[in-house]
Amino acid sequence: MSLSYTVQRSTRASQTSMSLTVVILIILIAAPWWAGRAELRLMVEIFYYLALAQMWSLLAGYGGLVSVGQQAFVGLGGYILFALAAFGGVHPIMALVLAGAITALIAMPTALVAFRLQGAYFAIGTWVIAEVFRLSFAQISALGGGSGMSLPASIVKSIASSRAGREHLVYWVALAIAVAAMALVFFLLRSRWGLAMTAIRDSEPASESLGVETYRTKFIVYVMAAGMTGLVGALIFLQKLRISPDAAFSVQDWTALVIFIVVIGGIGTIEGPILGTIIFFILREFASDWGSWYLILLGGIAVAVMLFAPKGLWGLITARYDVHLFPVGRRLIVNEEKSK
Amino acid sequence: MGDILTLDSVSKSYGKLKVTDDLSFTLQDGEALGVIGPNGAGKSTMFNLIAGGVKPDAGRVTYQGSDVTAFSASKRCRMGVGRSYQIPHPFSGMTVFENLLVGGAFGDSVRESESYDRCVDVLYRTGLLPKANVRAGALTLLERKRLEMARALATNPKLLLLDEIAGGLTEHECHELVDTIKSIHKSGVSIIWIEHIVHALLAVVDRLIVINFGAKIAEGDPHEVMNSPQVKEIYMGIEGDG
Repeated sequence: MSLSYTVQRSTRASQTSMSLTVVILIILIAAPWWAGRAELRLMVEIFYYLALAQMWSLLAGYGGLVSVGQQAFVGLGGYILFALAAFGGVHPIMALVLAGAITALIAMPTALVAFRLQGAYFAIGTWVIAEVFRLSFAQISALGGGSGMSLPASIVKSIASSRAGREHLVYWVALAIAVAAMALVFFLLRSRWGLAMTAIRDSEPASESLGVETYRTKFIVYVMAAGMTGLVGALIFLQKLRISPDAAFSVQDWTALVIFIVVIGGIGTIEGPILGTIIFFILREFASDWGSWYLILLGGIAVAVMLFAPKGLWGLITARYDVHLFPVGRRLIVNEEKSK
Repeated sequence: MGDILTLDSVSKSYGKLKVTDDLSFTLQDGEALGVIGPNGAGKSTMFNLIAGGVKPDAGRVTYQGSDVTAFSASKRCRMGVGRSYQIPHPFSGMTVFENLLVGGAFGDSVRESESYDRCVDVLYRTGLLPKANVRAGALTLLERKRLEMARALATNPKLLLLDEIAGGLTEHECHELVDTIKSIHKSGVSIIWIEHIVHALLAVVDRLIVINFGAKIAEGDPHEVMNSPQVKEIYMGIEGDG
C-alpha cells in the first residue's frame, strides 16, 4: 500500500496576508517621510510592545512558561546597553545587539534556577528573580544607583548627528526588532521545534514519551525569548536616553501590560499579540488620562476576555472564520489511493 | 533472538502503598506479552517504569542489553520504546497528522519531512486517515485511544507498550484492532499489551503474566494461565465484563 500525498503549509488567505504584510512593511519603512515626530515615537512604542507580546506569547503559550518576570530581561538589556555605550565605548547600535546576546547568556543560569519551580511557583520565582536584579542594579553606583543615569550627550550624538536622524534610526531599529520577533516565532513554529513546542503546550508527559526532550526545548525557548526581550529592553532605553532601576525592572510596564495584550489578543498565536497590541494602544490613547480608572478598565477587560473568550479575540475570529494569517500548521492532502 | 527487555526486582511505592512489588520478567525480542490483573494492580505503573515516566525505588530495567533505569522517557523512546497511555493524552490543539509527526520526527530522530511517509502509512493502517486534519481535541474517546496507538507507532518502535486500547470497541472494531496489532507484531515489533478484553488479548499474545497488588502472581502459556486457579479466583468478579 502506498499513498500519494502532499503536505500543505499555507492557505489562500495566508498567501494574501503575506503579500499584504509586505505592502504594510514598505509603508512602515517609509514612515519617517510621512509621519510626524509624535507619531514616530508612538509607533516605536507600539513596535516594542508588539515584540514583547510575541515573546511572552511564545514563552507562556508554547513553552507553558508563565513568567511574571520578563522585566528582568528588559532591564538587563537596557542596563547592558548603557554600560557598554557609556563605559565600553561601544557604538549604541552595536551595544544594542550585544545587549540582546548578553541577556540571553545571563538567562541560562537564571533558567537553571527558575526551572526548578513549576506552575504558579515558577511565575512567582521569575518575579523574585527580576526583583533581585532590580535591587542589585540599584546598588551599582557607577550606573547611578537607585536614581539611575542618562546616556551621555556625546554618545547620544554618536547615534546620528541630528535629532531627526537619531529618531529615524531608532524607528527603523524598532521596526526591525518587531519584524524579527514575529519572524522568529513564525519560523520557529513552522520548524520541527515548533512541533515539539506545541506538543509540550498540550501535554508535557506525552511529548516526553514521544521522544521530545521537554526540558531542553523549554530551556531553549526561555533563553531565546530572554535574548529578544533584552534586545527590546535595550531599544526602549535607547529611545528614552535615561534609565533607572524602577523604570527598567517595572513589572507593570514590561510584564503586566504585556500579559494584558497577549490575553485579550489570543495566547499561543502570532496574530493574537498583533491584535492585542492594536487594542491596547487604542485604549491607551483614549483612556490613559483617567488615572486609576484606566488600569481598572484594563483589568476589567482582561477578566471579561478570560471569562468569555479564553482564547482571546483572535480565538473568537478563528473559531468563526477559520482564518490563519500566519499559518504554522501542516495539512495533509491525500491525492489518490494507489493499491499495491 | 535475545532478550529485548528485562525487569529485575523492580519496586515502586507511593508513600506506604507498594504499587510495584519486586517485579521481574523478561521479554524476548519479537515476542508479544499480555498483561492482565484487576484495576489498581499496578499495570500502568509497570508501563511507566518501562517507558521511563517513573523511576523505580529499587531494581533494574534493562533494554536491548543496556541498563536504562536512569534514562529519561524521551531517551527511551528514541531507543525504540513506544507507548500508549490508558487515559489518552492527545495534543488537543494540533491535528491528528501533526500529533503523529511529533512522534515521527522526535521519536525516530529524523527530519520532519522524513517522517511524513511513516506517519501517513500509520494513519492509513490505524484507520485515522480521514481524520488527518481534524484537531485532536475534537476526537471522540475511541478515536483518541486509536491516536494513542498511532502516535506510538509513528516513533518507529522496537518495543510497543499498549495500555487498554480495546475497551469500548464493537465486536467488528475489536477484530480490526486485533488484525492491526497482529500485523505490527508480524513486522518484528515486540509488544506488551495490558488489556481487560481477554479474548482480544489471547488472539495476539504468545505469553501472559498476571499482576495483582504490584506483584507477578502467574506467568506462562496464555490459555494455561487463564485456567489456573489463582487467575480464576481474582477474575471471578471481572471475567463477565470481557
